[in-house]
Amino acid sequence: MMEITEGSHAVAEAVSLCRPQVISAYPITPQTHIVEALADFVANGKLDAEYITVENELSALSACVGASAAGSRAYSATTSQGLALMFEVCFNAAGMRLPIIMSIANRALGAPLSIWNDQQDSISLRDSGWLQFYAEDNQEATDLHYIAYRVAEDPSILLPAFVCFDGFILSHTYEPVDMLSQEEADRYLPGFAPAERLDAADPISFGMYATPEYYLEFRYEMDLAHKRAKDVIAKAGKEFGSLFGRDYSALVEGYRLDDAETVIVTMGSLCGTVKDTIDEMRAEGKNVGLLKIRVFRPFPTEDVAKALARAKRVAVLDKNISLGSKGAVALEIRDALYGSGIPVRDYILGLGGRDVRKKDIREIVALLERGEGDQFYGLRKEVL
Amino acid sequence: MAEKKVCDLFDCGHRACGGCGAALAARLVTQAAGTETIVVSSTGCMEVFSTPYPETAWKVPWIHSLFENAAAVASGIEAALKKQGRKEKVVIMAGDGATFDIGMICISGAFERGHDFTYVCYDNEAYMNTGIQRSGATPYDASTTTSPAGSHSFGNKRPKKDMPQILAAHGAPYVATASIVYPADLMQKVEKAINTPGPCYVQVHAPCCTGWGFEGEQTLAIARLAIETGLWVNYEMLEGKITKVRKVMRKPVEEYLKTQKRFRHLFKPKRQDAEIAAIQVIADKNAEKYGIDIKIPKKE
Repeated sequence: MMEITEGSHAVAEAVSLCRPQVISAYPITPQTHIVEALADFVANGKLDAEYITVENELSALSACVGASAAGSRAYSATTSQGLALMFEVCFNAAGMRLPIIMSIANRALGAPLSIWNDQQDSISLRDSGWLQFYAEDNQEATDLHYIAYRVAEDPSILLPAFVCFDGFILSHTYEPVDMLSQEEADRYLPGFAPAERLDAADPISFGMYATPEYYLEFRYEMDLAHKRAKDVIAKAGKEFGSLFGRDYSALVEGYRLDDAETVIVTMGSLCGTVKDTIDEMRAEGKNVGLLKIRVFRPFPTEDVAKALARAKRVAVLDKNISLGSKGAVALEIRDALYGSGIPVRDYILGLGGRDVRKKDIREIVALLERGEGDQFYGLRKEVL
Repeated sequence: MAEKKVCDLFDCGHRACGGCGAALAARLVTQAAGTETIVVSSTGCMEVFSTPYPETAWKVPWIHSLFENAAAVASGIEAALKKQGRKEKVVIMAGDGATFDIGMICISGAFERGHDFTYVCYDNEAYMNTGIQRSGATPYDASTTTSPAGSHSFGNKRPKKDMPQILAAHGAPYVATASIVYPADLMQKVEKAINTPGPCYVQVHAPCCTGWGFEGEQTLAIARLAIETGLWVNYEMLEGKITKVRKVMRKPVEEYLKTQKRFRHLFKPKRQDAEIAAIQVIADKNAEKYGIDIKIPKKE
């Protein structure tokens, strides 16, 4: 059913339709509206879940670890500093192969303190073992939650997942969203029934320590699961499409890409701005296209290489920076295009909520065509 | 017919030192808790000596996540069990470092929320797993690797944190201290904690031969001396009120101190009378606060 609603509320509704049994969260801007809405659903009987109001984010995710290990579908949401506080638990949940889903309303990390959007928070957990999905709009942000649970809980995967959507830009914006009914959600997402759980009837040990004889293999198995996840995501996305008309089988998605000589690559809400700019530039006769990265972990390297094979030049827009190196997305794109000779330029932009507009996209295309890149874009020289 | 071997729920074959107080605590606690129990461990000696992958000493479902988060993990398990309508009991087994220090926030949050679990702290009075560093549970003047006795130091500068009192102040319905040297008492307390709804706390004195510096066969004798000198008090608190205390014919603290290398600097190279007297004051205050002294009526 189509409704016009705030991004956070739409996400909360989708999460509720996923029937999490244990929710554990701690408030942080701009994630708060999600967890407030879920608390309201529980308080009014719309959602039958245990809701644990923990004392910080480390405990929020730790409680999800316990709940998931005990065999319940677990959910949390956070952003920025909260996610940073969860750092240790993130690696732990992935290592124990617990399919927890967490919504990330992407926000910058301090210092300096910033409540505004960029993607440094989730990108900084790149190597934690969590699957990472990035939404372009609120429709995608909601739909990706069903898909994330389906993929995460697949017995061949068993990894936790972030569903990332840009803080404020999406979380606090009202858009029309087509919401599944409970029957539809149930048809797509069956109940969580893990083969192994904490159970007195069949005692097992979770979270043992591994000597050097075993540790390497644990990490290898996790990497294998990530590689398998590419197919599982494609299948889950396709099935979602066949049931509800919105196909998410592609881990990367092209927009006016087929004949594009100049290609912009980015993730998240920025894709919408880029698409509008591309439409305008196309009308002016410029062959510009977009490659949107929907899944950052596992990284669809082969799909990217294929999608960009005919590009003459590539601009990567990174809302993050690996200080002393480059943006995380640019590094992946360069890896995917290694040996192709296609020039890839990185533009670090939008950090800490700096607005990125259509004129900026045009300017970046101009910079790219002049061969200028690998730079911060939009610096205010007067404050440096 | 061969006798069927009855295994403990905390099985033999683990890697603890001979004479480990914590290993004995694990046996007694699991035995008291029974099979319908899920155990949550924090990082520490017990976690490491009991679960080198692919082996485990735990015959009940067991989980270890991190050093500081056992109470939060237990909160999630308890919520999941409630949601699933399951009846297993949740028991945390964490060391004093995980309890008094790094886990304090998680513990405070979980006790305040009132989850139904039993938190057992096996208290060996320092970070033993990392090589005997001081914790908030280390007693006054104990020499550890981060509070070493030296020409300018008598060891740990602070007395033990009063953790049971802190948790009683959270409204914990049942709080108790126990010692591995009185197994029946310990097991009774664990059972009581498990059968009391809400977050309950049992702090178990568990001497560490390696960390305290004594021979493994002395573990129980030293645990007993801690109680007999008043440096460890076994008591029970119901709804914040002390209801039961083990009384003793008190011995001077010196008898306890001289058995362990961590206090050796109080006797060698020269006897530190002022420091020993200061520790005696701690025991005397305990005796007064908890009323542990057995008073023999004078004959007419």
